[in-house]
Amino acid sequence: MSSEVMTINTTTIAPPIQEDDSAGVSLWKDAYHRLLKNKLATFGGLFILFEVFICIITPWIAPYGFDTQNLELTLAKPSAAHWLGTDTLGRDLFTRLLYGGRISMMVGFLASMVSVIVGVVYGAISGFIGGKLDNFMMRVVDVLFALPFVFLVIILMVFFGRNIFLLFVALGFTQWLTMARIVRGQVISLKEKEFVEAARSLGISNWGIIYRHLIPNTLGPVIVYLTLTVPSVILDEAFLSFLGLGVQAPMASWGTLISNGVEVMEIAPWALLFPAITLSVTLFSLNFLGDGLRDALDPKGAKD
Amino acid sequence: MEPILELKNYQAHFYTRRGIVKAVDGISFKVHPGETLGIVGESGSGKSVTHLSYLRLLPSPPLRIVGGEVRFKGKNILTLPDRQLRDLRGKSIAMIFQEPMTSLNPYMKIGAQLIEPLLIHTVMNKKDAWKKAIAALERVGIPNAEPAMNRYPHEFSGGMRQRVMIAMALTTDPAVLIADEPTTALDVTVQAQILDLLRDIQKDTGMAVVLITHDLGVVAGLADRVVVMYAGHVFEEGSAEDIFYRSAHPYTLALLKSTPRIDVPQGALPVIPGMPPDLSRLGKGCPFYERCGYHMDVCVTEFPTSHQFGPEHESFCYLERPPQ
Repeated sequence: MSSEVMTINTTTIAPPIQEDDSAGVSLWKDAYHRLLKNKLATFGGLFILFEVFICIITPWIAPYGFDTQNLELTLAKPSAAHWLGTDTLGRDLFTRLLYGGRISMMVGFLASMVSVIVGVVYGAISGFIGGKLDNFMMRVVDVLFALPFVFLVIILMVFFGRNIFLLFVALGFTQWLTMARIVRGQVISLKEKEFVEAARSLGISNWGIIYRHLIPNTLGPVIVYLTLTVPSVILDEAFLSFLGLGVQAPMASWGTLISNGVEVMEIAPWALLFPAITLSVTLFSLNFLGDGLRDALDPKGAKD
Repeated sequence: MEPILELKNYQAHFYTRRGIVKAVDGISFKVHPGETLGIVGESGSGKSVTHLSYLRLLPSPPLRIVGGEVRFKGKNILTLPDRQLRDLRGKSIAMIFQEPMTSLNPYMKIGAQLIEPLLIHTVMNKKDAWKKAIAALERVGIPNAEPAMNRYPHEFSGGMRQRVMIAMALTTDPAVLIADEPTTALDVTVQAQILDLLRDIQKDTGMAVVLITHDLGVVAGLADRVVVMYAGHVFEEGSAEDIFYRSAHPYTLALLKSTPRIDVPQGALPVIPGMPPDLSRLGKGCPFYERCGYHMDVCVTEFPTSHQFGPEHESFCYLERPPQ
């Protein structure tokens, strides 16, 4: 009898707290572990990494030059010599797809990074400080929203000359507005929370509060919006190229390949199909990765 | 004994569109090292605003500190530059709040939050801060403190989170701990545990505790001295015995009568008639006169001066003898 009581006691008193396998301090390390458990997101991430790798080594693996024309073989069907066929000037589509990927991926990532950095910092400052400054900063955003972005990009191009990096920056600068609004809204609701007051009462500086307490709490919506920004800048770049403001022929991007493909859709559907598939798969991967990241970054989301 | 914290005729007003709200209107009291001072009053009496305002935790404007002095270790902190005040806050004067469920950042692990004040206010490196934080967690009775450092706030219950908050306030060995209704959001058994914990820690560390609450039971259990506040004024100040057994102010008496007691069977609880006054429309008189059963003509025109009832017991009322 007494031994039974003993065993009951030993099992009920102080149930051992399970050791975390992720002993890191940072949110990111934790998120990384949780991300790896999400198969779809891991696949998306790996695919993006693979694409980045291919883009880097493109000059060494491309079978032809991106501007090598073969006027005797225009709009050829996919074959052993030209895996994805050729375009109206007889250029190898596979090669152009590889080179186009470099531009599109760079546009997508750099422009999104610019938009995230500018938008998050701007929105967080505006929301945190509030009052007159917030009012002023948000009116600036309203004014920029009212300007057509093509107009803005054209002005930038005229002032600073045509330059592919400027294109990235210009695209980013037109995309940060919504990001700033989202972050501002989040910060305004977060700064009333008790943990911010507690942080202030511990003597943490305003920057410390914004950087360590507020911005991590806005990551969920920021990442979701980021995954929407990447495809939209890639498509914007195609539009600008169409107007002659983006990449110049004979350079290619996925956007220009698709718009060229549309023109010859009826006689050479592969010229549209392959760039479109590549772009779609990339965007899908990005969305999976973004969704996974959002879940992984929420400490309450997954159990580890 | 030299007081560690002293307020002298301290005034903090909110300048709003609808007028000046005199949230704190000329209050004075002292906090001695090692003692627990209870500050009692109903909602809106200014008991929290008093402390939040001189620690610059309230937005200004609308808040403005209009007059008086707040001395910490003899030095007026109202004139300190922001940087130095920020250093004081969290290092020398720590606070705990009433909402443990939301007082911790949901995106940061307990450990990271605990070492933050140490990294900011001391020259400690991360490793030492980590050790000290573990010790603080153990001190407040968190089982398995080491693995707990790597957990997120949502994995803890309300009582546990309040313990973590207390640990966070304690890591820098503050001289004064301001506990702003630390048990209001907790259920009764957990309340008792947290109060016991506060008492123990105070005994060990010798820090002064300012306990802000509207729960007279909490004050009775913990406080050495009590300040009763109403509408931005101090109404009565004295030892816990003075306040509970020899209350001299009609308001204190009314408060005590409207508190449920476990040892005296009673029917419906008596209430104080009327509502607390609108702080933006206060006259020159005593803000309590409309609800007071003892008010005289002079109460309407002039705020009463202090009446000494004992060496440490004073009441701001014209009544010369305690009402029955």
